[in-house]
Amino acid sequence: MYKIVTKKPLNPTVTQMEIEAPYIANKAKAGQFIILRVTEDGERIPLTVAGCDKEKGTVKIIFQVVGATTEILNHKNEGEYIQDFVGPLGVPTHIEGLKKVCVVGGGVGCAIALPVAQALHEQGTEVHSIVGFRNKDLVILEDDFRACSDKFTIMTDDGSYGDKGVVTAPLKEAIESGENYDMVITIGPLIMMKFVVATTKPFNVPTTVSMNPIMVDGTGMCGGCRLTVGGKTKFACVDGPDFNGFEVDFDEAMRRGAYYREFERKAHCDACNLFKKEVQ
Amino acid sequence: MPNMSPKKNEMPSQAPDVRNKNFLEVALGYTQEAAVDEAQRCLNCKHRPCVKGCPVNIQIPDFIHQIVEGDFEKAYDIISESSSLPAVCGRVCPQENQCEKFCVRGIKTEPVGIGRLERFVADLHNAQENAEVSKPAPNGHKVAVIGSGPAGLTCAGDLAKKGYDVTVFEALHLAGGVLVYGIPEFRLPKSIVQKEVDGLKALGVKVETNMVIGRVITIDELMGEMGFEAVFIGSGAGLPRFMNIPGENLNGVFSANEFLTRTNLMKAYKENSSTPIVKAKKVAVVGGGNVAMDAARCAKRLGADEVYIVYRRSEEELPARREEVEHAKEEGIIFRVLNNPVEILPNEDGNVGGIKCIKMELGEPDESGRRRPVPVEGSEFVIDVDAVIMAIGTSPNPLIKATTDGLNTQGWGGIIADENGLTSREGVFAGGDAVTGAATVILAMGAGKTAAAGIDEYIQNK
Repeated sequence: MYKIVTKKPLNPTVTQMEIEAPYIANKAKAGQFIILRVTEDGERIPLTVAGCDKEKGTVKIIFQVVGATTEILNHKNEGEYIQDFVGPLGVPTHIEGLKKVCVVGGGVGCAIALPVAQALHEQGTEVHSIVGFRNKDLVILEDDFRACSDKFTIMTDDGSYGDKGVVTAPLKEAIESGENYDMVITIGPLIMMKFVVATTKPFNVPTTVSMNPIMVDGTGMCGGCRLTVGGKTKFACVDGPDFNGFEVDFDEAMRRGAYYREFERKAHCDACNLFKKEVQ
Repeated sequence: MPNMSPKKNEMPSQAPDVRNKNFLEVALGYTQEAAVDEAQRCLNCKHRPCVKGCPVNIQIPDFIHQIVEGDFEKAYDIISESSSLPAVCGRVCPQENQCEKFCVRGIKTEPVGIGRLERFVADLHNAQENAEVSKPAPNGHKVAVIGSGPAGLTCAGDLAKKGYDVTVFEALHLAGGVLVYGIPEFRLPKSIVQKEVDGLKALGVKVETNMVIGRVITIDELMGEMGFEAVFIGSGAGLPRFMNIPGENLNGVFSANEFLTRTNLMKAYKENSSTPIVKAKKVAVVGGGNVAMDAARCAKRLGADEVYIVYRRSEEELPARREEVEHAKEEGIIFRVLNNPVEILPNEDGNVGGIKCIKMELGEPDESGRRRPVPVEGSEFVIDVDAVIMAIGTSPNPLIKATTDGLNTQGWGGIIADENGLTSREGVFAGGDAVTGAATVILAMGAGKTAAAGIDEYIQNK
């Protein structure tokens, strides 16, 4: 059992927790993920590590309530325990030797983009961050991003905060204005990453994308997380989660990601109803 | 006077059209009467050929003799001297290729039902109240075991009995390895595996789940600051293979590992499970081994109307146990042998709609000694299905190799170990599927046993 040491809502649907897991805290690097099960008989879900505190022995996770498991997790409080917490899994983001990088985050993906931006900043890389949200209420981690970015741009779909529009607009502008990025690292919804790649590819700016497909075990055993990258099948859990964005078949990844949507929607409703009953 | 009946006592089983709708165990086990009657078929041969057929050397005629005598607990003790998982092996061992293959009764008639007797003895023992287990006196040496499948559990058990302080590290949330994620409930109830794991814990073995060795702790760290004097790698062969044919990444194509893990480990067959599984109506399972049979029979139980086994060689060459093939046929699984998939076709929603196969014929024998299947040109045809399960084998997981300097492996990934289980690294032993590639539970147990002896010798002579 793994203790929830702190819990903090970041916006109405996104929550941050620090979980006591000293072995993982000691090892995890930016870009790696963990798999957790909230309860006995619960499903295993992957979440990217949002940070670690080696002294406290805690691992930070940030999740959006999207389905039954995250709903149940969000009902857990500080001092309570979750059943299973395993990691660090996957290959850390390759950041060595990069001089100037643009980190592009979207929505809750910013939680994963942040530790990458921080790690880059710590090694002396010039970091430009572009983050996008649907609206002002959903903005998370702005101060943390500002603290580790040499340039920072925030976008909202409805213009209620920062600039109005999508993240690819300022990205394209920056590239066109002569910002010579060694790399663009993007983490967010598949559709956003697909368009980031469409933006960088004409300029041939190397682009790393972080994939988060459906997984069961997360150790290379099931192959459920497979993707087509450069015409070859790769397992996101052991070969990734980072891949060369130019080579990823996003349309296939989106189809695969939607396979259990109906089941998930129903399970989420059931979970919500369960909590409503408890309240009554 | 031995019982000269030419046939084994039949194994009572759930009727095929009942069991193919539930996940309860298929075979129900011998009654005491049937067991004694079957035991009396043993001729108690002087040269004991059956023992040579057993990878862990169970003294078979001795335990069978105790059944005849009615001392079932003594029979259990005799099996336990050689095997740590009798209730498991009595169920999943391919006895027809091992002990029973060499049984003298088998020359003219059916061999003695050794596996069924082993199961009877183990189940009877397990049904009793847990006897007080006496923990062996500690010898002060620490050993780490990576993986809690049959190889790891056996190695851990043997070392614990000698007084070693053993910690088993398991990557998943539940101990048991392939016994819990792979082999379905209806063939090996999970309560039996749990009982074996609990037995090890009672001996003092520590089981740490959620520990992916290589990532969270390396072998160097285990043997360095963590103070383990030796390590046994029993990490299995968990990496699924695919055919690399078009359409393999369509929704509705699964590795057998994924399908079985969802079904067994994550209990997706239960109504209230939070792990989803797609309940397909027409399913093709590609492959002809035990894993393919398990996947096909699970698919049927999950409600599929038509389940096909698609296998490129002929029925003769099916690598699955005969008994599993027969069980599958009785349950209505359709065998399409001498067919090889060439493409998986989408339906209008972009999910699996069919599997295109080509007919095969048998040519000259290949390096495995089996006749090589050769495609019949122009014979392609399509089977309409809404799910495809690939059960064409697995490879060892490369994680430990990738994170352990100086650990030599074969080109295909198997860890190289000598006859004592020792690898190219001092104090690091390995065995089971991680060394051999996918094989059987009993061979993995045998390897775990050998390595335990090797580790004991290594530490005592250090």
